[in-house]
Amino acid sequence: MELFSALNVSKQFSGHKALDKVNISIPEGSIFGLLGPNGAGKTTFIRIINQIIAPDEGQLFYNGRELKPNDIYNIGYLPEERGLYKKMTVGEQAMYLAQLKGLSKQEAHKRLIHWFEKFEMKSWWNKKVEELSKGMQQKVQFLITIIHEPKLLIFDEPFSGFDPINASMLKDEIIAQKEKGATIIFSTHNMASVEELCDHISLINNARVVLDGPVRDIKKTFKTNTFEIAYNNYMGKLETILPSAFSIIKEWDDHDLRKASVQIPAEANPNQLISSLLPNVALHSFSELVPNMNDIFIRVVTEKKPEPILQ
Amino acid sequence: MHKIILIIKREYLTRVRKKSFLVMTILGPLLMAAIVVVPVYMATRGNELKTVAVIDQTGIFFEKFKDTDNIKFHYLLSDLGSAKTNFRQSGDYALLFIPKTEVSIPTNAILYAESNVSMNVKSYIKNVMTKQVEDMKLEAKLKDLQTDKKNPLNVEDILRSVKTIVDVNTIKITDEGKEEKSYTEISMVLGTFSGILIYFFIFMFGSQVMRGVIEEKTNRIIEVIISSVKPFELMMGKIIGVGLVGLTQFLLWVVLTFGIVTVITSTFAGKGQHKQSIEQSMMQNASKYNPDNLAQTDAPSVKEKQDEGVNEIFEALNTVNFPVMIGAFVFFFLFGYLMYGSLFAAIGGAVDSEADTQQFMLPITVPLILSIVMMQYFIQDPSGQIAFWFSIFPLTSPVAMMIRIPFGIPYWQVALSMVLLILTFLGTTWMAAKIYRTGILMYGKKVSYKELWKWLRY
Repeated sequence: MELFSALNVSKQFSGHKALDKVNISIPEGSIFGLLGPNGAGKTTFIRIINQIIAPDEGQLFYNGRELKPNDIYNIGYLPEERGLYKKMTVGEQAMYLAQLKGLSKQEAHKRLIHWFEKFEMKSWWNKKVEELSKGMQQKVQFLITIIHEPKLLIFDEPFSGFDPINASMLKDEIIAQKEKGATIIFSTHNMASVEELCDHISLINNARVVLDGPVRDIKKTFKTNTFEIAYNNYMGKLETILPSAFSIIKEWDDHDLRKASVQIPAEANPNQLISSLLPNVALHSFSELVPNMNDIFIRVVTEKKPEPILQ
Repeated sequence: MHKIILIIKREYLTRVRKKSFLVMTILGPLLMAAIVVVPVYMATRGNELKTVAVIDQTGIFFEKFKDTDNIKFHYLLSDLGSAKTNFRQSGDYALLFIPKTEVSIPTNAILYAESNVSMNVKSYIKNVMTKQVEDMKLEAKLKDLQTDKKNPLNVEDILRSVKTIVDVNTIKITDEGKEEKSYTEISMVLGTFSGILIYFFIFMFGSQVMRGVIEEKTNRIIEVIISSVKPFELMMGKIIGVGLVGLTQFLLWVVLTFGIVTVITSTFAGKGQHKQSIEQSMMQNASKYNPDNLAQTDAPSVKEKQDEGVNEIFEALNTVNFPVMIGAFVFFFLFGYLMYGSLFAAIGGAVDSEADTQQFMLPITVPLILSIVMMQYFIQDPSGQIAFWFSIFPLTSPVAMMIRIPFGIPYWQVALSMVLLILTFLGTTWMAAKIYRTGILMYGKKVSYKELWKWLRY
């Protein structure tokens, strides 16, 4: 079941196409990575979901029906360019923004007190925002994003500006939101966090979706059947003991071990590689080199093969 | 609707709570009180004996101007022309000319003098003439009543029909013998003052709107907010919120200024009577718009003349129609501000920082500044062509109209000006909303007029 989907969405800005017939569907309960290089159209797409701007063409669906103006109450958005009113106190500001998201005064206050206690922020309530550090401000912003318990959360580069401790806290909180049933759209350039968090991704490049699907499946398609081996006690040439269809991509020394990456044909079995090695060398390690999201990203965007994988 | 109220509330409260608002609230009335009190005090300070020559063509006022401690009257039988030529040699302070009128009751006089005539002298003359004319009218009215006994005696009607406003125009005779109209009138002071005030208010609060928008842009909070509310709601909420701050400030100023003027003048005189008289004068003015009170408040209008100098101000203020002035001010401030405020908001939305605002500020500030620069022409000839067109053209009308209103102008002109202003406000708001909506999401782009034009047509 999809919580949100976009059908043939296009948007043009004075001669420049920001989105070109984009189709994206976001499964309910997933963490959905919205990826793409700078200027690809991600922010435009996010703004369209938030109804900040309207698409020129195409349709948007929320929960199986067309997106309505009131759906903004079901969405929490943490923009990449985010800030707060510097001269306002934290509490007042949080109350204001929570009420703009449709909470009543009493409800907003109750929930904010709960979260301020949970994040150990109670002493900040009467402080002006300008007295807080950047990390503290980010926490306030995060809290305001989720305060109305939206079903769809959109985080645009959420980790930028967080130190490792707060980043991991934020990550845990994002996962906690998912477990509570929220669907999360996650836009970032940090591929390690995509790998860690996302179930699905869509990669936008030059206003089009160029790659789309569950992370696991995508990785599978980008597998190159390359394995890394580490061995010793063999002085001869490696290619002499391997079947001719196998190709050695790279060989190098690592302390007292010899290492190599070997690509085998798609139809071959990795056991064939092991069995050809075992009689000749002392095998210390054997592992498949699975492409990471970083490589896939670069490859898709530049349309070039990534550099041979190095550990 | 609920959300726009939240926005208005925030904009209003954050500004009203600022220290600068408090400082302005206190300093403003002090300044205004000084503007009102000081010139009047200066004008009435001269104690030397002044002689006024009178040419009364009507004959009604013969012997009616009684000498006071510092004004002496003498009557001339010569014609105006020779009196004027002889005026410089005569050593008289001023020459009062009451022309013969077609209608039976004269209500105009011209006062010639070498310098500006002190308000003291002028208002004394005005008072004497008014009293005389009113007495005559009352006598005539009573005669009518005696002959026509069927009509019941109605005090209110009588008082209303008797009430007279006498115009005393002053003309300066310069060294070269040229004549220039001079303006010691309270309407001039008031026109200038309210014109400058409305200019100042529109500028101050308009640029507050602009700064508010730029603040939200540079703070990067704008995107969070417009994911909850429509850009138009945010813009209007801000404009209305800041406008309410302006109104609050204005009303506080009015109240405090009257308070301060009252306190200063009563301590200045050492007697409590002036407090009474200012209240009285305000009530009297209010009563003009509430005929029920007329009889009641007019009754005690015979004032003690123990301290003429200080009383001047109240007599002068007495001629001012405060409800109309304040009402007109509120209207022209409100709509002038709303019109300019939306333009200022559009500029704020289009730029990244205050430094970039210059090029767009120019076309907005030119009409405002022009209406201040042209002020002396409006005052010299409040019903002339220049004044008329400036007070009709919406971008200059708030200032120009406020300058003209104290001089008394036809209602249709005020109405036309108001309607045009409201229409322009709607137009500028529509335009501003389009620019604002696109501009707030643009960062790091130098915006040109061409670009703005494009945004308008999105």
